[in-house]
Amino acid sequence: MSARDESRVRRVSGRAIPVRGHDIDTDRIVPARYLKEVTFDRMGEYPFIDERFDAEGKPKPHPFNEPKHRGASILLVNANFGCGSSREHAPQALYRWGIRAIVGESFAPIFAGNSLAIGLPVVTVPSDEIQRLMGLVEEDPSVRLDLDLDQRRLTIEGHSVPVDVPDTARTALIEGYWDSTAVLAANMAKIREVAARIPYLAGFEPRPGSR
Amino acid sequence: MSERTLYDKVWDAHTVDILPTGQTQIFIGLHLIHEVTSPQAFAMMREQGLEVAFPERTFATVDHIVPTDVRTRPFLDAQAEQMIQVLENATRDYRIELFGVDSERQGIVHIIGPELGLTQPGMTLACGDSHTSTHAAFGTLAFGIGTTQIKDVLATQTLALDKLKVRRISVDGRLSEGIYAKDVILTIIQRLGVGGGKGYVYEYGGNAVDAMTMEERMTVCNMSIEGGAHVGYINPDTTTVEYLRGRPFVPPGAAFDRAASYWRSVASDPDAVYDDRFELAAEEIEPTVTWGINPGQAIGISQQLPHPEEVADPEGARRAYQHTGFEPGTRAVDIPIDVAFVGSCTNSRLSDLRAAARVARGRHVHPNVRAIVVPGSFEVKRLAEEEGLDRVFREAGFDWRSAGCSMCLAMNPDKLQGREISASSSNRNFIGRQGSATGRTILMSPAMVAAAAVSGHLADVREFL
Repeated sequence: MSARDESRVRRVSGRAIPVRGHDIDTDRIVPARYLKEVTFDRMGEYPFIDERFDAEGKPKPHPFNEPKHRGASILLVNANFGCGSSREHAPQALYRWGIRAIVGESFAPIFAGNSLAIGLPVVTVPSDEIQRLMGLVEEDPSVRLDLDLDQRRLTIEGHSVPVDVPDTARTALIEGYWDSTAVLAANMAKIREVAARIPYLAGFEPRPGSR
Repeated sequence: MSERTLYDKVWDAHTVDILPTGQTQIFIGLHLIHEVTSPQAFAMMREQGLEVAFPERTFATVDHIVPTDVRTRPFLDAQAEQMIQVLENATRDYRIELFGVDSERQGIVHIIGPELGLTQPGMTLACGDSHTSTHAAFGTLAFGIGTTQIKDVLATQTLALDKLKVRRISVDGRLSEGIYAKDVILTIIQRLGVGGGKGYVYEYGGNAVDAMTMEERMTVCNMSIEGGAHVGYINPDTTTVEYLRGRPFVPPGAAFDRAASYWRSVASDPDAVYDDRFELAAEEIEPTVTWGINPGQAIGISQQLPHPEEVADPEGARRAYQHTGFEPGTRAVDIPIDVAFVGSCTNSRLSDLRAAARVARGRHVHPNVRAIVVPGSFEVKRLAEEEGLDRVFREAGFDWRSAGCSMCLAMNPDKLQGREISASSSNRNFIGRQGSATGRTILMSPAMVAAAAVSGHLADVREFL
C-alpha cells in the first residue's frame, strides 16, 4: 500500500459529541498560552480547556468533560465554527483528542483549510438538520454516525442525510491528496517557470527578449 | 482582457497548475513568518528532509511572544526564550533573513512588511497569522495560513487554494471628524456579520476608502477575517504608489517607474464583474464600540446595549451577556473600564499613535485605569519619539513600550487580570483573548481608547477633539 493509499479518508464512523453555539473562535478551542509550546504533541489535552475547567482547575459542565462522550470521533457544531486566529493548534487539538470529522452549519475559511491540511474532514448540513442531530446525540450518546465522504452522506440510525463538502476537499480526502506538500513539490519545474516570469521577482528589470 | 478584478489578475499571474484535487496551485511571492506558528513547520521540514525552495522570499520577525518592557536575554519566560531560539536557529540553518529582537527592523509582522516596502501591489503573500489581510491594503493577495501550509510554502513557495467569489464593498461619502478607519470596518462587520464573508474575497472601495491614507486602509483590510473573509483588498492607486516610494525593499530609479506601472495594472478593471455588492454611506458611521464576545457585536457610542431579541443572533447575544455581565439597555458611555490598550496590528502605526496622543495631550489617565501604548514596530516607536509622542503619553500616565503584539493576544506578560474590562484598539473581543478567562474586551479606535482612558469609562471621542 502506498503512502497515498494510507492517507485516504473515505469514511468516518463512530459516536458523536455536540458543542452548541455559533461563532466559536479558535481562542476558545485553544487559548493563546498553549501556543507557547513548540510542538503540537500535547494539544490533545487542551480543547476548550478554559470552558472545561475554572481558574482552580475544577471541572465545569462541558460536553468534552462528560464520560458519556468519551471516545466520540465526530464533532457536531453550529455556524462559523473556528473563526478568528489562524492557529492550526485548534484542529490539531481536536484531532489529537480523538475527533476524526466535524459536521456543522458552516466553518471559518482558515479553520477549514487547516483541517483539510491535516486530513480532518469538515462537512456542512443545513441548520435544522444539525439541530436534529445534536438533539438525537444528546438524548442517546451511544448512537453511531457514519460519514461517507465518497457518497456525501451521513447516516444515523438507518436515516441518511446529504452533506455538503467542496469538491476539491472531498477529492483531496478520498484520494489521499490532503497532505499537499508532495503534490505541490512534484511541480517544481513549473514553479520555477512561473517565478521567472513574475515581474517583482526580477527586480522589475525588463525581461530578456522583451522591449 | 477587461472585466477582471484585481483578484482575477493576481490569481492568474501566480497560477502554477491545476492540481489533481481541482485546487489551484498558487505561487506565493512573499512569505512572512513569526515565532509562534512556524517552529512546528520547521520541525516537519526536518523530519521529512525538506529544503526551503526560495529562502530569499521568506522574511522572519518576532512579535507575538516578545516582552514589550524588559527585553534582556534570556527572557524571564523560559517558554518564550525557547520559542525565539527555535526561530533564530531555523532561520540561520535555512538562510532566511530574520529581523530579530535587537533589529531596528523588528516589529509586528503586519506592520513591518509594508513599512519596509516588502509588501507590494500585485503580489501574493502568505503568513501564518489570520490578520495577514492587512497587506491586502496594497492590492496584494495576502492569505492567513496555518502551520502545515507554512511547511508547503517553505518547501515549494506555493499553496493549494480554492478560488473564491468577490464582493465589492463600497463606502461613499465623507467621514466626519472623530470617525476613523476602525469605525468603518467595525460597522461593516456589524452589518454583514462575523460569518458574512464566507466564500468571498472582499474588495473595499468607494470615495471614502479612496480618500484614506495607506495606514487607514491597512486598518480596514486587517479585520477582514473578523468578517469571515479570508482576504479583503483595496485597489492600488497614487496613494499606494507614493507610500512605497523610497522604502528599503522598493526598487529605486527607473525600476520604480516600471514597478509602479505593474502595480497600477493589477487594479480591477472599471467594468470588472463582481459576485456581490454591499454599500455603506460614510455618514451612517459613528464612533463604534463592541459590547459582546465577537467583533460583529458592535454599536455606536451614542447608543444603548441591545436587548438579545433586537439582534440577528439572540442566542449569541445571551451568551455574550452571560460572559460580560453587562445589562441590555445600558448606555455605552456608562460602561467603566480598568485597562486601556493602544496597539496591535490593527492600530499601532504612527497615525494611530498621533490620534490617541491628540486626545491624551494635557489630560490624565483616570486613577482607576492602567493604560499602555505599544508601538507596532521599532521604526514606529522611533518616529513617535522623534515627534515627542512618548512624552505626551508618559505625562498623561500611559506606559510607553517596545514593539510587539502584546495585550492583543496576551502571549507575553501584558494581560488582563480577573474580570477587568479593557478598552482596546485591537481586533478581537473573544472570551479569554486578552489573557484572563473572565476578562472583558471592548474594541474601538485608538482615539476612543485614549478618551476612555482619561474618562474611566467609554466616551465619545468627538467631545475631546
